[in-house]
Amino acid sequence: MSAVLETHNHDHHGPAKGLMRWVFTTNHKDIGTLYLWFSFTMFLVGGCMAMVIRAELFQPGLQIVRPEFFNQMTTMHGLIMVFGAVMPAFVGLANWLVPMMIGAPDMALPRLNNLSFWILPFAFLLLLSTLFMEGGAPNFGWTFYAPLSTTYAPKTVTFFIFGVHIMGASSIMGAINIIATILNLRAPGMTLMKMPLFVWTWLITAYLLIAVMPVLAGVVTMMLMDIHFGTSFFSAAGGGDPVLFQHVFWFFGHPEVYIMILPAFGVVSQIIPTFSRKRLFGYTSMVYATASIAFLSFIVWAHHMFTVGMPLAGELFFMYATMLIAVPTGVKVFNWVTTMFRGSLSFETPMLFAVSFVVLFTIGGFSGLMLAIAPADFQYHDTYFVVAHFHYVLVPGAIFGIMGAVYYWLPKWCGNMYNETLGKVHFWLSFIGMNLAFFPMHFVGLAGMPRRIPDYALQFADFNRISSVGAFMFGATQLLFLYIVINTIRSGKPATAQVWEGTDGLEWTIPSPAPYHTFTTPPEVK
Amino acid sequence: MPLRTMPWFRLVVGAMLLSSSSAWAEWTVNMTPGVTAISREIYSLHMIIFWICVVIGVVVFGVMFWSVFAHRKSKGAKPAQFHESTTVELIWTTIPFVILIAMAIPATKTLVKIYDSKESVIDVKITASQWKWRYDYLNDGFGYFSNLRTAQDEIYNKAPKGDHYLLEVDEPLVLPVNTKVRFLITASDVIHSWWVPALAVKKDAIPGFVNESWTIIDEPGIYRGQCAELCGKDHGFMPIVVIAKEQAEYDAWVASRKTAAAQENELKGKELSKDELMERGGKTYATFCAACHNLEGTGTPPVFPALKGSAIALGDKNAHINLVLNGKAGTAMAAFGAQLSEVDLAAVITYERNAWGNDTGDVIQPAEIAKLKAAQ
Ligand code: HEC
Ligand SMILES: [Cu+2]
Repeated sequence: MSAVLETHNHDHHGPAKGLMRWVFTTNHKDIGTLYLWFSFTMFLVGGCMAMVIRAELFQPGLQIVRPEFFNQMTTMHGLIMVFGAVMPAFVGLANWLVPMMIGAPDMALPRLNNLSFWILPFAFLLLLSTLFMEGGAPNFGWTFYAPLSTTYAPKTVTFFIFGVHIMGASSIMGAINIIATILNLRAPGMTLMKMPLFVWTWLITAYLLIAVMPVLAGVVTMMLMDIHFGTSFFSAAGGGDPVLFQHVFWFFGHPEVYIMILPAFGVVSQIIPTFSRKRLFGYTSMVYATASIAFLSFIVWAHHMFTVGMPLAGELFFMYATMLIAVPTGVKVFNWVTTMFRGSLSFETPMLFAVSFVVLFTIGGFSGLMLAIAPADFQYHDTYFVVAHFHYVLVPGAIFGIMGAVYYWLPKWCGNMYNETLGKVHFWLSFIGMNLAFFPMHFVGLAGMPRRIPDYALQFADFNRISSVGAFMFGATQLLFLYIVINTIRSGKPATAQVWEGTDGLEWTIPSPAPYHTFTTPPEVK
Repeated sequence: MPLRTMPWFRLVVGAMLLSSSSAWAEWTVNMTPGVTAISREIYSLHMIIFWICVVIGVVVFGVMFWSVFAHRKSKGAKPAQFHESTTVELIWTTIPFVILIAMAIPATKTLVKIYDSKESVIDVKITASQWKWRYDYLNDGFGYFSNLRTAQDEIYNKAPKGDHYLLEVDEPLVLPVNTKVRFLITASDVIHSWWVPALAVKKDAIPGFVNESWTIIDEPGIYRGQCAELCGKDHGFMPIVVIAKEQAEYDAWVASRKTAAAQENELKGKELSKDELMERGGKTYATFCAACHNLEGTGTPPVFPALKGSAIALGDKNAHINLVLNGKAGTAMAAFGAQLSEVDLAAVITYERNAWGNDTGDVIQPAEIAKLKAAQ
C-alpha cells in the first residue's frame, strides 16, 4: 500500500506555502484542520462565557454582572457551543476521517468544502460583534422563544438572524458534501455494511442536517419578517401564535441534539473495539439503532413543550414516542459494554474518554428518560435538572467524544504521539471537574431552582458553589488540552502507521502522518 | 426512601461539605412530595423511574466495571472472538420495551387526572407580565398584582439577605384548602410560566392564549415558587407565593378584600391633596416602574430612559398621561391603563412630575384620568 502512495507523491501534490494555503485549500485534511481549530477557538470563547455565568452563580446576590448581561452570556454560551464548537468539530472530524476510512482521495466536492468552512468565521463575527453594539447581544436564550426574541428583542437580533442563516448554509453544504462523498467515492469492495461506524453515523447525521437546517432557516426568517416587515407569525396581537414558534424551533431542535451526538456514537464505536482488541459487538444492530434514533428524533419534538398547554392526546403521543428512543439508545450502550466484555482491555487516553462517555452519557440518558414522563416533567421542566441532563449528554457525550477522537487520531494526523501521562491528567481533571460542575445541578433542579436565573434563593447556595468550583476546574483544564496538542504536533515521538495495537480500518494502512494526498489509487477492500 | 436520607449519599455529600458551615436542611437533593394528591402522584412517578434507572445502571455498569477490572490486557486477558448474536439483541430490545410500557401506564393515569379541570369551586385568572403576576378572583370580582418584595440592597449585597430571599412577594395568592381551584393562565407581553413545586403546577403563561390548570391543596401553609420561563431581564425576580388558609379564614380574607376594593372605588371620585398623591405615587412607582426606570428616576439608558429631567415628564401633561396609559408599541414600555387603578395612575404621574427635582408642580386627579380613559 505505502509503495503505491509514494509513487504518487509528486512534489506538485504538496500543500501550497504560506497563509494562502489555508484560504484557498480544497484539501480535505487542511479543511478538517481548519474546522478543528475553529471549533476549539469557539470552545474557549463559549467556555469563557460559561465561566462568567458560574462566577456570578458562585454565591447568592448579584456580584459581577447585571441580569441583562447575564442573559446575554447564557444565550451566547449556548449558541456558540452548539453551532460554533460541537458541530464544526464533528465536520472537521468527518473531513479528516471519512475519505481516509472509505478509501477516497478527497471529499466529493472540494470547492464547496472550502466555502462551507470559510463562511463560518463570518457567521460568528456577526454574532459576536453584537456584544459590542448598543442594546447588547441576543439575550433571549439559545432557544430564542418568540415574542421575547421578536417584539421584545434587542435591535441586534437581526445580526443573530443572519449569523444563523450563514451557519445553516455552511452546515447544509457540509452535509451535502459528506453524503456525496460516502455514496460515490467508496473504494471498490467497501459496501455500505462494511463501512466503519463513524462513517455510518455521519451519513445519517448528514441526512438529519439536510432535513432540519432549512427549518431553522425558516423559523429565523419568520422572525425577521415579524421584526422588520410587519408580519405576525408569532405575535398574538396580530393574530399569530407564539407557540407555533416553539413547534417549528423544536422540529429543528430535537434532531439537532442527535446531530450533536450521533457522530460521537461513531467515534466511540471505533475506539472501544481498538482498546478491547475485539471486534465491535452487533455492528448491524448498531447501524439499525442509529437509523431508528434518527427517525424517532423527528417525532418527539414537543417533549420540550409539555407545559405549553397541549391537548392530552398530544402530551401522550410525545411522551410515548420519547420513551421509545430509550430502546435503540439502550441497544447501543449494551453493544459497547458487550464489546468490552471478555476483551483484552487497556486504558490509553482515548479509551478513558470512550469508557467515561458510555457511563456518563448513559446517566444523561437516564435523566432524559425521567424527563420523558410528562407528568414528572411538569416538575423538572425549565429547572436545573434539565440543565444537568443536557450537559451530561453534551459534555461527556459530544465533547468527550471529540476529545477521545483527537487523542485517537492525532498521531495519524500529525505523525507524532501525544504524551500519555499528560493525556491522562487531562482526562481525569476533566472528568472530575465536569462531574463536580454538573452533578449537583440535578439536586438544585429537583429542589426547585429554575434555569436561566442570575441569582437564586439561599437554599441553593451550597450546591451552586460546588458547581462553580467544578466548572472552573473543567475550564482551566482545557488549556492543558491545548498545550498537549501543540506539544504533540511540535515535538511528540514519531508514531507508527498502525499507531494502536488493535486498530482496524483503512486509515491505519497509510503512513503517519497521513500524506497530503491519500488513496489517489483506490485500495482494494476484501 | 428519599435520596437524602440514604447513608451512602450523606457520606458522599458530607465529604464534599467539609468546608461548609451550612446546616443539613439546606442540602435538599430531591423533589418535594408536595401538598396535593397530584404532587404526591408525580413524586412517586419520579421515584419509580429513578429506581428503574438505578437498577438498569447497576446491572449495565456492573458488567462494564467487571470487564474493566477482570479483562485487562495487563492481567493477561485474551480477547474472545464473539461479535454478534441476534438472540441477545432481541432480548435487550424487548426487556427495555416491556419496562417502558410498565412505566407508561401509571404516567398516563396521572396525566389524565391532571387534565381534568372540571368542577372547580374557585377560578383565579393569573396574568403574567414583565416582571410580576396579577391574580384576579373571577367569582368575587377583585384582583391585584404580586411583586417581588426583596430589597435591591439585599440583591446587591448591601444588606444581609432574609430567610426568604427572592422568594417573597408583597401580595401573595391566597387560597382555601381542600377546595378545587382552577387557574386560568395568560400573559400580556412575553411567555412566562407559573410554577409552584409544592402544588406540582407548572403552566406556561402565553400572550393571546389562556391555559388551564387546577389544584386542591391539602394543608394550610405558605408555598413558594418562581417564574420558570425566561422572560427577560428580571426573569429571576418574579417569585410566586401561595398562602393556603382554612375555609373560614379564607372567607374573612375575601370579605376584607372586597371592602378594600369598594373603598378604592370611592377614592376615584375624590379630590386628593398633592401630598397624598405623592405618597401613594412613590409606592406605585417603586413597585411598577422602578424595575426599568430606576428608583432615582435615572433609568438604564439607552434601553430604559431616565424620567428625571425627561422631556415627557417635564412637558405636556396629557402626552405624559397618554404614554403611561397606552405604553409605547414595540418597546418594553407597557400600557398601564388597564393594569393600574385611576387613583394609582394619577398618583404615579403626579409623582413623576414632581420627584427627583422634576418640579412642574402639576397635580393630576383620578377624575382627570377617568375622563381621558373614557375619551379613548
Ligand atoms: C418593562 C420596563 C418598563 C417599565 C416597568 C416601565 N417603563 Fe416606562 N418606559 C420604558 C421604555 C423602554 C421606555 C422608552 C420608550 C421609547 O422608546 O420611547 C419608557 C418610557 C417612559 C416614559 C417616557 C420617557 C421619555 O422621556 O421618553 C415615561 C414617562 C414612562 N416610561 C413612565 C413609566 C411609568 C409611570 C411606569 C410605571 C407605571 C413605567 N414607565 C414603567 C420601559 C418601562
Ligand atoms: Cu416571567
